Amino acid sequence: MYKVKVYVTLKESVLDPQGAAVKNSLQSLGYKEVTDIRIGKYMELQVEKSDRDINEVIDEICDKLLANVVIEDYRYEIEEVVTQ
Amino acid sequence: MKFAVIVFPGSNCDIDMYHAIKDELGEEVEYVWHDSESLAEFDGILLPGGFSYGDYLRCGAIARFSNVMNEVIKAAEAGKPVLGVCNGLQILLEAGLLPGAMKRNESLSFICKPVKLKVENNQTMFTSEYEEGEIITVPIAHGEGNYYCDEETLEHLKANHQIAFTYYGENPNGSLANIAGITNEKGNVLGMMPHPERCVDDLLGGSDGLKLFQSIVKHWREINVVKA
Repeated sequence: MYKVKVYVTLKESVLDPQGAAVKNSLQSLGYKEVTDIRIGKYMELQVEKSDRDINEVIDEICDKLLANVVIEDYRYEIEEVVTQ
Repeated sequence: MKFAVIVFPGSNCDIDMYHAIKDELGEEVEYVWHDSESLAEFDGILLPGGFSYGDYLRCGAIARFSNVMNEVIKAAEAGKPVLGVCNGLQILLEAGLLPGAMKRNESLSFICKPVKLKVENNQTMFTSEYEEGEIITVPIAHGEGNYYCDEETLEHLKANHQIAFTYYGENPNGSLANIAGITNEKGNVLGMMPHPERCVDDLLGGSDGLKLFQSIVKHWREINVVKA
């Protein structure tokens, strides 16, 4: 069994209207040191082992559904869960 | 001409679309549920607005994988007219039938009001009844209508005259190049955020959307009149 953490964010080149609004809010609260915020999505997947390579499966899932690669980038972390 | 109005769980403009075709245009129309496996009997496909599958994950992302979408793709490849309005456009983008993607409106607000549009290209099967450059008023109602594509795609859209409608006077949502509606390269798939089906009768506050549906029927008659 694997635990997979997927992070999806807008591409660097794409303006993030939500991030911009939250950044302005933080700055008006006095946190001038915050210069940029990118808002994204965090997903946790439980994936059973199969005969396919786990990286290949997760890439496919992200490209197909979890991210829209026209405007979003994704990255993930895979953790093997040992069940006793 | 026989139209299909595709109904997804969460569609909410399907009845408006049906009304526009049946009562205003006087053509045949049927609701088609999202798990349908054939659209062969239909001449035109309409994807209405709404919040398909709750718009979870991204607008249109889940609807794009419903059974009927394979048939919509087939119909598009066969050259049948396919019109996606609002959530319908978002589904067409997710399905890759149109280029680009939608972001949250620049203001982050859901905007529901009539806006002015400019007909950029009246040489399509969806816009031939309009004058080129005609200014029309059509309502919008969306939270994610901020169109985005990369530079290269935008150049391609312009060069190929795929921008059918732009926002005129005021850009309500931050869309790139004021884009309100685009077609595919072949010109038989149109996606637009504004709702032409909501303005097909003066009783509804305006009828500027009617010519869009009349254009589709006119084009279809021109091609199929020989058969009759």
